Amino acid sequence: MSTSPAIEVEQLVKIYKQAPAVDGISFSIARGSITGLLGGNGAGKTTTIAMIMGLLMPTSGSVKVLGAQMPQQRYRALQRMNFESPYVEMPMRLTIRQNLTIFGMLYGVRNVAERIEELGEALDLTRLLDRPTGKLSAGQKTRVSLAKVLINSPELLLLDEPTASLDPDTADWVRARLERYCRDRHATMLLASHNMHEVERLCERVIIMKQGRVEDDDTPARLLARYGRRTLEEVFLDVARGRDDAREAAQ
Amino acid sequence: MITATERAFAFSPRRVAAMMLRYWYLLRSSWPRLIELIYWPAVQMITWGFIQYYVMQNAGFFARAGGTLIGAVLLWDILFRGQLGFSISFLEEMWARNIGNLMMSPLRPVEFITALMVMSIVRLAIGVVPVTLLALIFFGFNLYGLGFALVAFFINLMLTSWAVGIFVSGLVLRNGLGAENLAWSIMFLFMPLACVYYPVTTLPVWLQPAAWALPPTYIFEGMRALLIEHTFRADLMVEALALNAVFLAAGIFGFLKFLQAARRHGSLMQTGE
Repeated sequence: MSTSPAIEVEQLVKIYKQAPAVDGISFSIARGSITGLLGGNGAGKTTTIAMIMGLLMPTSGSVKVLGAQMPQQRYRALQRMNFESPYVEMPMRLTIRQNLTIFGMLYGVRNVAERIEELGEALDLTRLLDRPTGKLSAGQKTRVSLAKVLINSPELLLLDEPTASLDPDTADWVRARLERYCRDRHATMLLASHNMHEVERLCERVIIMKQGRVEDDDTPARLLARYGRRTLEEVFLDVARGRDDAREAAQ
Repeated sequence: MITATERAFAFSPRRVAAMMLRYWYLLRSSWPRLIELIYWPAVQMITWGFIQYYVMQNAGFFARAGGTLIGAVLLWDILFRGQLGFSISFLEEMWARNIGNLMMSPLRPVEFITALMVMSIVRLAIGVVPVTLLALIFFGFNLYGLGFALVAFFINLMLTSWAVGIFVSGLVLRNGLGAENLAWSIMFLFMPLACVYYPVTTLPVWLQPAAWALPPTYIFEGMRALLIEHTFRADLMVEALALNAVFLAAGIFGFLKFLQAARRHGSLMQTGE
């Protein structure tokens, strides 16, 4: 197994019409780790994830994913990673089984039918497999998206707000499945979220972004200590509102 | 999980098959989509069939040129429906907000384009084959009686329709669904210059070089030569094929450039209007 980082981001910049969305960020993410990308609206999280996925070309800087330069060498990595994002959906008219069959074939999965049954059982989708995706509830749709994310047993998962619009019970269920998958497969996960509870529960490291820059980067425990706060939400608010005094006082 | 063959070869027939399966599932699940495929070609053919029937009874020339109008309608439909079949399959991904999923999957642009090409033939077959049979039953026009010429016409018209379809798909990818109307209307730009219903000599002399720059012009001239003079003009077919190679290369080049621009501008993340 390779020991190089799963993701290496170096001096990454994305400028839209002269406004920087991402402004020279650098970080690397170790294989097998779960990292949270935190930040308010417009902080640059989605743009960063899109560049990591190769969906968006950086203005400058570089992104390496599983050793492949993105987006130029993306086909070396795409089969070994998968993603979930609020700006994409699964075709609504197709049944879950049909959708998963197609994505399984696209990702080069052998024995797709078997893999779908496996995922159906693991994600409690078996009795829904032949239902059109458009006729599912929000929670069921999220489980289907999760099945799509896991169809190719990826080494790297990129998740943008994976539990947005879910009730607390379903969100907790999804988190547990993701956590177990990463632990069992030694998979890497990068998670962009507004949900501090989610980040606190899942992530061993948190990168906080603000106005396109990395504002802070550490373990949740060390961030709490540094800002003298009890929850990540309080830390987030300090960063979002520019209360550096909290960090300085604590230090 | 991942086959060695697929790692080794950039082009994967399995991924092409996956995309075709996706469109097939979609067609199968929606009867309005199937009806739509056959509705307009049938209406067009019946209308023009009656017009031809009328003028044949009243004009000596048309009596000799039996089938040119209805033949033109059917060949035009191959061109138009071929492009539409390509573009609509592509638009289905935009409407479903699925394009990001595809662009993030190992699917290569060339595989995507290949699947869209094959599906345009499938959609065309569903829509146009029954209509050609109606033309035979109602108006006695046997398109298949054109024999080898029909094969030459069909190949050339499909190549043009794909070239235009690929280019338009690139435009929509770059500019979002705001550019969707182009998919429905761009082929009509060709109509006056491609001389579907009249010979190139009808155009003003200064406009004729523009007409000869379009591959379909050669096909419609070839059809008239076949139906009126009973001559198969192989030279026209070869010239159309050469022009189509240029059109197809330009279409693919345009698509790749638009895709690159979409990656630069973030259009793949916002596939709405």
